[in-house]
Order: sequence, then C-alpha cells, then structure tokens
Amino acid sequence: MTADALLPALTAQAVRAAHHRATGGCPCEAAVLAVRPDATVVRHAGAVAKAHAPGTDPGPLALRLTTAARLPEILLPPLTAEPAPLHDRLVTLWPYGAPVDPDDPDAAPWEAAATLLARLHRSPAPAGLPPMRGPAKAAQAMARLHAAAPDHPGARAVARAWATLPGWARAEAPMPGPGSLCHGDLHLGQLVRHPAPDGPWRLIDVDDLGVGVPAWDLGRPAAWYACGLLPPTAWTRFLAAYRAAGGPAVPPAGDPWAALDTAARALTVQTAALAVAKATEAGRPVDEVEQAVVDACDRMSRLPPRLADATPK
Amino acid sequence: MQCPKCHAPMHTYNRNGVQIEQCSGCRGIFLDYGELEALTRLESQWSQPAPPPPPAPQAYPAPPAPAWGAPHGGHGGHYGHGHHHKKSFGRMLFSS
Repeated sequence: MTADALLPALTAQAVRAAHHRATGGCPCEAAVLAVRPDATVVRHAGAVAKAHAPGTDPGPLALRLTTAARLPEILLPPLTAEPAPLHDRLVTLWPYGAPVDPDDPDAAPWEAAATLLARLHRSPAPAGLPPMRGPAKAAQAMARLHAAAPDHPGARAVARAWATLPGWARAEAPMPGPGSLCHGDLHLGQLVRHPAPDGPWRLIDVDDLGVGVPAWDLGRPAAWYACGLLPPTAWTRFLAAYRAAGGPAVPPAGDPWAALDTAARALTVQTAALAVAKATEAGRPVDEVEQAVVDACDRMSRLPPRLADATPK
Repeated sequence: MQCPKCHAPMHTYNRNGVQIEQCSGCRGIFLDYGELEALTRLESQWSQPAPPPPPAPQAYPAPPAPAWGAPHGGHGGHYGHGHHHKKSFGRMLFSS
C-alpha cells in the first residue's frame, strides 16, 4: 500500500482515538509527523497513530506494546493494548507527547534521557520479549550502504570498521547474556513530554525494544562524543545521570569505555553507513559532520577493539 | 634599524632579558654581541626538569574518550557548535 492510500486511513484512526467517535471536520491540531519506509506517523489532537514497517511481526510487537503499558513511568504507554491491522500494516495508537525541539539541541534533556534509560535497564523484561534490535539495525545500515554506495571512498573505511566488531554487534551471533531490558534505538527523537507541553519526559518507539546489552542504548551519545560532535559537558551530564540512577551498563565510577567501546563503535559505523548511503542517494558529497563520523571509522579500523569488551561474557 | 636583508623596519622585543630585533617584513632576527650566548644559557636552563604545566583553562578535566575518537579525544565538540555545523549535527541527533 502506498503512503497516499495509507495516510487517510491512518488519519481516520488518529481522529477516532482522539475523539472516541467519528467526527467530520474538526478544528483540532493535526499533522503528519513522519512518512518513512519504516513508519508512517500521524497526529490528531491528543492522539498519534503509527503504521509500523511492512512485514512487522505482530507477536513481538504486541509484547513490546505490553512492556510499554507496564512501565508508564519510563515508556509512553499506548492507548490500545494490541496492534491492529490496517490493510497490510500494523497500527498502534499513542497519546501525543511534545518532542525535543530539533532546532535547539542544546536544550536536549540529557539527564532525563539517561535516567529513563537507567530505570529501563533495571526493569525486568516481560517473559518472551525478543532480543533488542540494535545490532540488526546496524546490519541493515551496512546492507543499505553496500547497495547504495559500494564504491564510495568512505564506504571502505566504514566496512573496515564494521569488521572490527564482534559477531553479536553485527547481528551474526546472540548478544552476551543475561541482558537487560533495552530501548534499542535511543536518539533525541525518542523522547517526548507527556502530557504535552511540559509533562515528564518519556521514551517512545518500542519497535527495537528488547533484551540485550544495555551499553547499546548509551552507544549513540558515546559515539557522538567520541567523534568530537557532542561537547564534553553534555556527555558528562548524560553519563553522570545514568550512573546516579544506578544504570548497569557501565561501572559506577572510572573510565567507562571498556564497557562502551563496542556499542559506540557499532553506532558510529551505523551512523556513518547511513550518512554515506543517504549522501550518495541524494547525489551530494558528505558534509563535515558526516565526514567526522567516517573519519572515526577510518581510525577505529586501525585499532583493535578494547580487550575487556571483545571477550564474550 | 632596517633589515640588512629586505630593508623593512626591525622591531625590538625583549625575550627573558635578551633584546631581539625582528624584521617586520621577512621575520628575520638580528642578535647583538653576546645575545646568542645568553639565549643558549636560557635554553640549558629550560632543559632542566620543567615546572608543572599551567592548569588547562577548563574547570574540569575532559572525560575519557576512546583511542579511535576525534583528535584531542573528542574534547573539541567543535562540529556541534557554529551555525552551519549545528544544523547537520542536529539532524544526526534526531535520526536512527
């Protein structure tokens, strides 16, 4: 089904969720929040309807939805307990939350993000919850790079960096256990205030939620800091808040990089792979920020992973 | 005085008590009698155990970073600042 056909049907679901009855023409605030290959998201007043990626398995998605419903102090709880089919897609309904202002990343809630992650990682995972999908997403990014830009000079550095990673980080082997409850795709777009506009921060997007290596959820901020993109003050705030909340992914004090190295490498590789693929697809060169991530891949391909982390636990 | 090589005016600087004339054009340096010996003496003092370096301008040491990190250990954060770069990094912060 094309986005053209999906959008009206999805909007109708958001309208019904917002008003609990069908209405024709209302003055509510409404918007298409995202149209991506992996998700279409529309908002109507206080409700959001999300059509998940084509081919999403309903069983695991239902378990992920249940997890969010059980942890409303950490994850935004869904409006409905079960995903509902809409043509060839699965749809879930959520309350609207106010996102981080994309034009003001300096105002990012680093402490709140870290504290929510620490609490998530300390929460028990519901029985049967599948693995966190972070490594699978990294492998998907590499596949996209290979398809879009196999001969790009940056692609070779990214592939060499990918080769330094252990099998679990490349989705080629199970993650070392026992594992924590993880978000799987943490970035600043995954935080909203609910109720909008100034309620407490909550994590959204359960598609990659699951059991796994909790350091993965710290991997993006760690990668941004390592690549010279995130100021040390922001990284320090994030890490200190995670430790203060008893997060299990890093030791409570001292150098955290033995625990973070693999995840930070993997998310640097994933970011660089998508940056090179998207730049090539758009017919433009990589910009300076994207090049910084590719350059980090080049450096890591010449350095073996930290031994403490390369050893399977 | 004028530079004997390029004839631009020379300016006098005091370096640890040694008068040095430097040309404003070719940056060449003129030393008076005995000044080279004075500099050599100063140099030998400097090669003694050095006093501890002055503290870095920042209030706290930068947090640890991996060896594959950006030069200066990712302490710069410079890509995240500045109007032009902020936009691109902002996009990166908000996407999968």
